[in-house]
Amino acid sequence: MAEIVIRNLRKEFGAFTAVKGSSFTIRDGEFFMLLGPSGCGKTTTLRMIAGLELPTSGEILIDGEDVSQKPASQRDIAMVFQMFALYPHLNVRRNISYPLVSQGVPKSQIAAKVAEVARILGIEDILDKPVGGLSGGDRQRVALGRAIVRNPKAFMMDEPLGALDAEFREHMAEELRALHDRMRATTVYVTHDQLEAMQMGDKIVVMNHGVVEQFGTPQEIYDHPATLFVADFIGSPAMNFLRFDGQARAGAQSIALGDTVMDLPQLQEDAAGALVLGVRPEHVTLADDALYRGRVEAAEYLGTTQIVTLSTAHGPVKARIPSGQVARVGEKVGLRLNARTLALFDANSGRAFRTAANAGVHHG
Amino acid sequence: MSAYSVTEPTGRSKLVAGLLVTLYAVVTLLPLVWIISTGFKSGPDSISYPPKVVFDPSLEGYVNLFTTRTRVAAEEFQNLPPPETWYDEIVRDSGMVIAGPSRFGERFLNSVIIGFGSTFLSIFLGTLAAYAFSRFKVPLKDDLLFFILSTRMMPPIAVAIPIYLMYRELGLSDTHLGMILLYTAVNISLAVWLLKGFIDEIPREYEEAALIDGYTRFQAFRKVVLPQAATGIASTAIFCLIFAWNEYAFAVLLTSGTAQTAPPFIPTIIGVGGQDWPAVAAGATIFLLPVMIFTILLRKHLLRGITFGAVRK
Repeated sequence: MAEIVIRNLRKEFGAFTAVKGSSFTIRDGEFFMLLGPSGCGKTTTLRMIAGLELPTSGEILIDGEDVSQKPASQRDIAMVFQMFALYPHLNVRRNISYPLVSQGVPKSQIAAKVAEVARILGIEDILDKPVGGLSGGDRQRVALGRAIVRNPKAFMMDEPLGALDAEFREHMAEELRALHDRMRATTVYVTHDQLEAMQMGDKIVVMNHGVVEQFGTPQEIYDHPATLFVADFIGSPAMNFLRFDGQARAGAQSIALGDTVMDLPQLQEDAAGALVLGVRPEHVTLADDALYRGRVEAAEYLGTTQIVTLSTAHGPVKARIPSGQVARVGEKVGLRLNARTLALFDANSGRAFRTAANAGVHHG
Repeated sequence: MSAYSVTEPTGRSKLVAGLLVTLYAVVTLLPLVWIISTGFKSGPDSISYPPKVVFDPSLEGYVNLFTTRTRVAAEEFQNLPPPETWYDEIVRDSGMVIAGPSRFGERFLNSVIIGFGSTFLSIFLGTLAAYAFSRFKVPLKDDLLFFILSTRMMPPIAVAIPIYLMYRELGLSDTHLGMILLYTAVNISLAVWLLKGFIDEIPREYEEAALIDGYTRFQAFRKVVLPQAATGIASTAIFCLIFAWNEYAFAVLLTSGTAQTAPPFIPTIIGVGGQDWPAVAAGATIFLLPVMIFTILLRKHLLRGITFGAVRK
């Protein structure tokens, strides 16, 4: 198992730059998520780590060795593809043993190893079947089997759950995470599904337009988004954005939002101009005595909670409140925002201002 | 499950379809049946009018195809020892004796060497080229593909004279190598284009998986791409073989002796010992067999080759 260090990694396809100088470190044994919308460069980054694309510039260190210009076959990593890419002309057993055959492992050892992997994955009964007729879940397990059979330095997974049914996906996600916890193998996992990333990842890199927007644990990324993009991309419903013009000096603990003064985590730098105040729906509460007012537009019932959409002077706001609380459409109510959780962004650059709350967060 | 359901054809439309297919089969197969039956007729039966559908089968045509015969003087004929083999006997019955083997065997072998040789070479080069065009960034790729296709834009025989002169200069006239190269040159454009289509359909992930599993690019090509492309290769091979096997015009022009193939040879049977139609028909029948067997062996793939691209998997 290995640590993977990415330094100023860049990939150009002709005039198009897919990855614009990414840098991050994947620690040994980490389950690492590359998250972003389609076309953000996450798959290209993964393919460069795997050796299927050569970077235009930059370094990829696996266990301290720069492999950025080495072919895939010399990097000792394994990969699970989105469409599984099982060899269609081979049966399950031969698919799983294929990577060992290439290394010239003796037959008896291969048989033992395949048996062990089949036991771990619970696919002993399908070993002699052709891969063509397998269910999505079994194909997934065979693809995993082919990856784990030779103890590689790291695993690459390119949206491995993307081809599965929604209900089965959750089950496979748990299986994958359990497998990882058991093997403690460094894993790089590409997904566009923020829930999947939050659920499974130890660390997440959020990418957009070839740029790393933020790098951190799921909690850091959810609670303290470094940019407007991350704030909007992570969480469902997304973070609310209240757009306004205002200013505050470093050290301030509040800011004027129109006529209302909002408490904030203490600012560590000056903020002025077009600003955006970000608040997660679950940190908005409805209180009749609150000064900031809004009008109830709609309510969606979700069982234990409900999502109430309100219109305010600075745009629509969604609040996640207990479903028992009454919110009538058309009613004017007061909104209280949980001050400790607020984020303040520069509307032009999209960057979050440094505050006492997000001081330790790693910006992209 | 498909998104659209197609109504099962009714009994009557099935019947009509069946009749049409049968009619078409009769029309296309009748000449074949005629050639095969003529091969088993005696000389007089083959030219009798009205044509004989029922006749006494005879192997005279096949014997004549493989032998050369001479007429001997009557008294000498009387004094010959009794015929040793069944084919001696057939020849004696027509008042002649076998002088030696004909050249049909050699010509047929030439056809096999040149036909299969050029097919193999076309497929070998075509697969490599198609793989490169399909997978790699080749400079001027589109222009090169168009250039390759452009060799098909006129009938090959249009360049017969330059090729004739060129082959004479290079000493390739009437050589196996010359004919193999010529047929390969004609077939390779078809092979590259067909095979590129087949290889394009094979997802890259298979090779990428093999690369990551520790195989080199060439090993991945050989062990993963080739088995996947087998269908395409087989159907392309059939098309190439049919062309090379049946080709007549260049064979007449460029071969006359050592490398002559069967198509220009078979008509020369006429005139050696009169118009020996059973021998010609026997030659045509034997000539049909290899392509027929090859096609039947690979017919599963051929069907996919014809409909390829029509159905997305």
